[in-house]
Amino acid sequence: MNTAPTPGPSGPGPPLWLLLELTYRCPLHCVFCYNPTEFARTGAELPTEDWLRVLREARALGAVQLGLSGGEPLEREDLETIVAEAHGLGYYINLITSGVGLTASRIAALRAAGLDHIQLSFQDSTRELNDFLSSTRTFELKARVAELIRAHDYPMVLNVVLHRLNIDHVGEILDMAERLGAQYVELANTQYYGWAWLNRQQLLPSRAQLARAEAATQRFRERVAGRIQVYFVVPDYFERRPKACMGGLGSVFLGIAPDGIAMPCHAARMLPGLDLPNVRSADIRTIWYDSPAFNRFRGEAWMKEPCRSCPERTHDFGGCRCQAYLLTGDATNTDPVCDLSPHHQLVTDAVARAERDAALAARAEHVLVFRDHRISIKAP
Amino acid sequence: MSALSDTARPAIAHGMRLQWEEAQQAHVLLYPEGMVKLNGSAGAIMSRCDGTRTVTDIVTDLERAYGATGLAADVQAFLTLALEKRWLELRE
Repeated sequence: MNTAPTPGPSGPGPPLWLLLELTYRCPLHCVFCYNPTEFARTGAELPTEDWLRVLREARALGAVQLGLSGGEPLEREDLETIVAEAHGLGYYINLITSGVGLTASRIAALRAAGLDHIQLSFQDSTRELNDFLSSTRTFELKARVAELIRAHDYPMVLNVVLHRLNIDHVGEILDMAERLGAQYVELANTQYYGWAWLNRQQLLPSRAQLARAEAATQRFRERVAGRIQVYFVVPDYFERRPKACMGGLGSVFLGIAPDGIAMPCHAARMLPGLDLPNVRSADIRTIWYDSPAFNRFRGEAWMKEPCRSCPERTHDFGGCRCQAYLLTGDATNTDPVCDLSPHHQLVTDAVARAERDAALAARAEHVLVFRDHRISIKAP
Repeated sequence: MSALSDTARPAIAHGMRLQWEEAQQAHVLLYPEGMVKLNGSAGAIMSRCDGTRTVTDIVTDLERAYGATGLAADVQAFLTLALEKRWLELRE
């Protein structure tokens, strides 16, 4: 890409979806976390005033959907201040949380500050697996938090990340969601980045598991008949075409990491040579429209074959750059999930290995790497 | 499909928010982790769904605002669709 597009009819649109990863601190230690394994070695967290400035600058460009996540965003004591500023600016504010730290007084304060919705994560429908996967005792706490969310008249939105160890419980997970009064349930199959990438061979489900989970989801959908919306995010390793990652990098999504790094996708800080800008030293307009990092994967000039001449490039944008990099070592390759990719076998081999491991009933708890500060300090 | 009553009072569904977005030059409907950009007529109808106006009020108001007549069928059709999509709910 030689020239930076400028805002206008032919250039990129505004960053409609802004995600602030307020902190990498988290009381949970989830094995499927997409946060970078080296999170403990990133710079200091942005102070309150920088987050407020980011909110103002992004809103001026047209950002309107705001995600507050982390880590665990409730670890930030200034969360209420950030929510209040965002509400005043006209954002629709989504808090993405494990629920740990969401006390009766905090939820009341967040409600008063203008928080629009809370997405609560569960790891499983059983206490044993919920607590094992997060390496915490949080199952009952989450159920209490769900009560608080309902008591404050919020839409109940539950998120459960799926993988080999819990995917056979999808029916029970959905029943639990119904008991908790959920209106939306997101069953998100693990995306293999960060800690999840380290644990990929223990987390990939088998095809048979996936088929059973989809059937259970379908039965539930038919029973509740629209009363509860269920989103089943398919694991892309089992697909033949890649996901349209972020609707194309630099198209609508802007993520800001705890240390101020601006990213065109959640995992982009892993991409070598991208030289991501930092909000401490550049304003959002410059970052979004003019920085080399945000222009790197806009348009089609960066594409290689088979994407470059493929008619599907205009709707899948070549898939996920991070997945291309992780699997093939080159972020400009076609996402190897695509069966037109010369590297597609890397994906099918991983799935086949996972099938064999699952059949051997490998005792996964002996080899899983839990998201942990001490491990992160030494992580590759 | 049963027709929507003329005396029903549609309102933006609980947990959703309708607002004008300058950057998009459109009304958008915001909900948990999602957004719908509305076209001009959808925006004009939805922005009148405040839970106090009846369907008849909304049609009358639109016909006056746009100097048009005979909008009832189109408005009914859109409101029915928006109710199906759970963008709107009915107030007593």
